[in-house]
Amino acid sequence: MGFARDAGWALAALAVFIGLEFIGLRSAGFVDFVIRFATFGLLALSLNLLIGTAGLVSFGHAAYFGMGAYAFGLLMQTGQWSIPAAILAALAATALLALVVGALCVRLSEIYFAFLTLAFQMLLYSVILSWISLTGGDQGLMGGIPKPVFLGIDLARQEHLAAFGIFCLLVSAVILRQVLRSPFGAALRMLRDNPDRAAFVGLSVFRYRLAAFVIAGTFAGLAGVLMSLYVSGAFPTFAFWTTSGEAIFMIMLGGVSVFLGPLVGTAIFLMLNDWITALTEHHGLFLGAILLVIVLGLRKGLLDVIVEHWRARKEKQP
Amino acid sequence: MTGHLELRGLRKAFGGVVATDDVSLIFEPGTLSAIIGPNGAGKTTLFHLITGKLPVTAGQVLLDGVSITGLDRREIVRRGIGRAFQVANLFPTFTVEDSLAAGLMAHAGRTASLLQSFPPPDVKRQAEEVMELCGLTHLARTEARHLSHGDQKLLDIALALALEPRVLLLDEPTAGMGPEERWRMIERVQRLWAARGLTLIFIEHDMDIVFKIAQNVRVLRYGAVLAEGTPEEVRRNPAVVEAYLGAEHAL
Repeated sequence: MGFARDAGWALAALAVFIGLEFIGLRSAGFVDFVIRFATFGLLALSLNLLIGTAGLVSFGHAAYFGMGAYAFGLLMQTGQWSIPAAILAALAATALLALVVGALCVRLSEIYFAFLTLAFQMLLYSVILSWISLTGGDQGLMGGIPKPVFLGIDLARQEHLAAFGIFCLLVSAVILRQVLRSPFGAALRMLRDNPDRAAFVGLSVFRYRLAAFVIAGTFAGLAGVLMSLYVSGAFPTFAFWTTSGEAIFMIMLGGVSVFLGPLVGTAIFLMLNDWITALTEHHGLFLGAILLVIVLGLRKGLLDVIVEHWRARKEKQP
Repeated sequence: MTGHLELRGLRKAFGGVVATDDVSLIFEPGTLSAIIGPNGAGKTTLFHLITGKLPVTAGQVLLDGVSITGLDRREIVRRGIGRAFQVANLFPTFTVEDSLAAGLMAHAGRTASLLQSFPPPDVKRQAEEVMELCGLTHLARTEARHLSHGDQKLLDIALALALEPRVLLLDEPTAGMGPEERWRMIERVQRLWAARGLTLIFIEHDMDIVFKIAQNVRVLRYGAVLAEGTPEEVRRNPAVVEAYLGAEHAL
């Protein structure tokens, strides 16, 4: 079935990646890129469950990214937790936050939903800044995060962390794909397409949207955990609106209607970012201009355009 | 046989404007009835009141003798009142088959599952039956947004029919269609009604269609019932002729 095939693809991708590392593709730049790709790819992929599937444009998705990072970092700094246990606890905390915020937001439509999610994100950001005794305020979580070895995996080594990041990304992708394929995913698409008729045939708009919000938030929390491992700390910018904005940009670049679109968008975004940062110090200006051209020029994500062309050609020659 | 719909003293006021004025009607099980009346006569409002889309100001709606007045509209659908819309009200990115399967699953409360693949085989078979009945089988893999206007309205009816209503309300099933398409549609509706044995009530502007297929006709004006009876009786009713039909339909 579809799930087994996806899982097979994911295993193959993981094997290829570990193979690449094994035969010596361990340049610091490559490994570093892979970790960031896994982190932001997961963030964008989780956000697209809301934007692409459920039709809920959240501007506050980085709140769960920040929550996952801080929860994980704080737990690890106590020195009492193993990494897998701290990851599970951080995900539980993030899910709880998403449940509370989602319950207040998902009843609202479109622009109100977008702004309220943004408002809650900025609230979390302010809490992080002002609760200095816990979070270190604008300095972030200082002093590093201990990374005890588990199951022979040493996340203090960057190439282990890269493989772990890819593993987390692939597992999440397989799960999210199953969510989309399931009757639950069909219900989310019905609510996106026509909430009025969906309610008429018997769906609870509130419950399904809330469930999607919690699932998306939880996976964003896992992305936050990876980020926290990558930088060995946590910083308020994780929960700042620009982080949400970047995730939305990645989705727009890659495409909302194709499952892998956000991952393609993440790769393009990160490569553009690295390349331009190396060339000029006004990287924000150039990056913004390039993104504008792509978004306005294509008016869709890259994979949206490619898949549409491919379908149109297939229909022409049956 | 079930599908007995009774409206008892139904009234709806928007502020000072009375849209539905003391309407009492009985629709016998398995009958095919038309509701006619000039624009603004309160025909669509009546459907809104029956389906719970609008709360009633006074009066009662009874389905098989049980009051459904004031129930949540999802509950009213569950009790067996289906509805198709004046403007097709669909899931644009769903194929015809998936639309019906999704509607069936939502109706059966089976959309909470994360482990199955959509649509499961048994639901797919049910959807195929409905497509067969409605003549949509050849369009199974077409997305709703790419259907013609007429096929969109047909899918809208199919979606209502998939939920196995005892009473089906069709709001202008032939609106916006050319003459030929109109007759094809109305023949299809008549066949669906005969195949499912349901109580069917439709709003229609085309008098030729109304008089050809309806077993009985209810005429509304200013929100109130002006006349009711067989097409023949209504056609000869002087008040109706004067108020609505005009000279060309008299005799």
